[in-house]
Amino acid sequence: MPLIKNDEITEDPWIAVDDEDSLPEGAPAIVSLARWRAERETLAGRNAPLGIRLRADQPPAEIAEDIDRFQVIALEFPSFGDGRAYSYARLLRERHGYRGEVRAVGQVLRDQALFMRRCGFDAFEVAEGTGVAGWREALGEISVFYQPTEDGRPAAPGLRTAVG
Amino acid sequence: MYRYDEFDHTLVQERVAQFRGQVARRLSGELSEEEFKPLRLMNGLYLQLHAYMLRVAIPYGTFSARQMRTLADIARRYDKGYGHFTTRQNIQYNWPRLDRVPDLLDELAGVEMHALQTSGNCIRNVTADHYAGVAAEEIEDPRIYAELIRQWSSLHPEFSFLPRKFKIAVTGSPHDRAAVKVHDIGLQMCRDEDGAPGFAVLVGGGLGRSPFVAKKIREFLPKRHLLSYLEAILRVYNQLGRRDNKYKARIKILVHELGAEAFTELVEAEWAELKDGTVELPAGEVARIQSYFAPPPYEAFSGATLEIQNREFEVRRFEDRGFANWLRSNVAAHKAPGYAIANISLKPEGGVPGDITAEQMDLVAELAERFGFGEIRASHQQNLLMPDVKRADLYALWQALGRHGLASPNIGLVADIIACPGLDYCTLANARAIPVAQAISERFADPARQHAIGELGIKISGCINACGHHHVGQIGILGVDKKGVEFYQITLGGAADENAALGKIIGPAFGYDQVVDAVETIVDTYLEIRVDDEAFNQTLTRVGFAPFKEKLYAAH
Repeated sequence: MPLIKNDEITEDPWIAVDDEDSLPEGAPAIVSLARWRAERETLAGRNAPLGIRLRADQPPAEIAEDIDRFQVIALEFPSFGDGRAYSYARLLRERHGYRGEVRAVGQVLRDQALFMRRCGFDAFEVAEGTGVAGWREALGEISVFYQPTEDGRPAAPGLRTAVG
Repeated sequence: MYRYDEFDHTLVQERVAQFRGQVARRLSGELSEEEFKPLRLMNGLYLQLHAYMLRVAIPYGTFSARQMRTLADIARRYDKGYGHFTTRQNIQYNWPRLDRVPDLLDELAGVEMHALQTSGNCIRNVTADHYAGVAAEEIEDPRIYAELIRQWSSLHPEFSFLPRKFKIAVTGSPHDRAAVKVHDIGLQMCRDEDGAPGFAVLVGGGLGRSPFVAKKIREFLPKRHLLSYLEAILRVYNQLGRRDNKYKARIKILVHELGAEAFTELVEAEWAELKDGTVELPAGEVARIQSYFAPPPYEAFSGATLEIQNREFEVRRFEDRGFANWLRSNVAAHKAPGYAIANISLKPEGGVPGDITAEQMDLVAELAERFGFGEIRASHQQNLLMPDVKRADLYALWQALGRHGLASPNIGLVADIIACPGLDYCTLANARAIPVAQAISERFADPARQHAIGELGIKISGCINACGHHHVGQIGILGVDKKGVEFYQITLGGAADENAALGKIIGPAFGYDQVVDAVETIVDTYLEIRVDDEAFNQTLTRVGFAPFKEKLYAAH
């Protein structure tokens, strides 16, 4: 699947490893929460970057203790209408102070891009054929925000107070 | 009234441009109907039985004469010359063409209006007491906080894909006209022991197939924490609300399944983290919004003038029975001496509840400018009102309204029926609702009879989703389908105010041809057995269902 990062289609160095498959030798790998729990010691001692993939029913609190062990945390959208991961992304960034990559996986469409970015996602696995031009356009469609989030964009209430 | 600043203008204009792009992608086939559906819903566009339907937001029901003229213009140019006011203080157009909707939205944006979040699984257009700002017993104008909520909830990045729709209502008065107890979140202004205003927070009310009266999860929330507390509730719901079954996805089910206490603990724990954080509003922002809701420049009448006015007024009332009737049901007390609240009924005899023609819209706009500082309100009972009319102008206003079929003297009475669109428009409906409402209003057409009956709310839904709020009608009517035949189940004893209650089913359902007779039997029975000026629900509490059942089913 194409990966969009920094508004570009980027080569994805990460390998999403199924629970039944063996881990790639020395290469960055993303594993499930179940696998992390089952093989924690082996995975922690592995000499390559590690990422984790959380299902929509697995909130970040499940990995709160270990968060700094992961360079990537992938949050699943089983369908675009399932919005749990928006909360998870904000919790990762704003509550757990996570600074690694937060990756949107599953059904990831351009019309969600701006919401995702505002909640703290910075990498997006999109469907084959997704044009980066449309993606960039979607990110620029709205420039005013009423809600402050940790994406660093100033929100209208604060801007008004600063002006006034 | 609130006025957009550059930020609000930019956001609404950009949203229209964004939607124009989405429509273009749909028309070109780049988006399938399935992919387009959630996008159009987030902008108020439904696909109904015959055509698209666009729901336009009237935040907390307050709008201006200028905006009303634009709504009239849209009705003429994009629809069939009329519009329909809804039970959530919005207006719907039933016949817009998809390719023209972006232009329609541009026209709305020109007068500071939009269709943001009037549908979809997001935080819906916020509603408030339609007497906000003019009710005498009010603690504070709830629209200040409703506007804050409107902004905070618009395109919220975290809460735009909730398990299900989410409705918030605010009231500033102890007498609840905003039905806050049957909303996902109800905010009821109150005071702490030092007299400082804040909110009692109610969660998990709602109608639909599993009706619930909301639970109070916080006795007192200081005003400055409003948004952080809302964010905490929504965050708990977004993570834990059920997504496996759309009929169990509303927050009321979560509150019910967890229990109010456990739910409250989760919210309080989340709030402890969010409190005093970035979502809290800068003090200057509350003051800025507050300034828009300052009272209009009321004339200060001297005692002598008021007395003269009053004498003339009483003569009119005495001489003109029609005017007297209208005053009795449609005019409410105002906080400023010499002023009144004038309700405009959209429930004429035999009419469609909430419908209004473009010409009538223009007339209301003109009268609002002439008599009411240019301000109009929509109520959740599908009526309109002018909040600030001089008592001395009421007679002229009544005459002008009457010439255009807008002076039905029936606010709060038996013909002031709330009804959903039903099988005539809606894809979900099992039965017709509008024709039942029309038939009841014809049966009780005589204003003298209606006034003799007094306040009595009839609410009709064409299916179990309860858009006509039948659960909270003193008389509720629910259309059901039995093997392809329409039947109507009647409930009694519901209420949506501070004494909110869900009606109970009286007995077996009635056929389409019997339902109006059944309603009349119930009303006549009430008149027979009520003591003094006892309200319907009081009589019901005193005597129970038996006398009503006896009259309804004895002959069968």
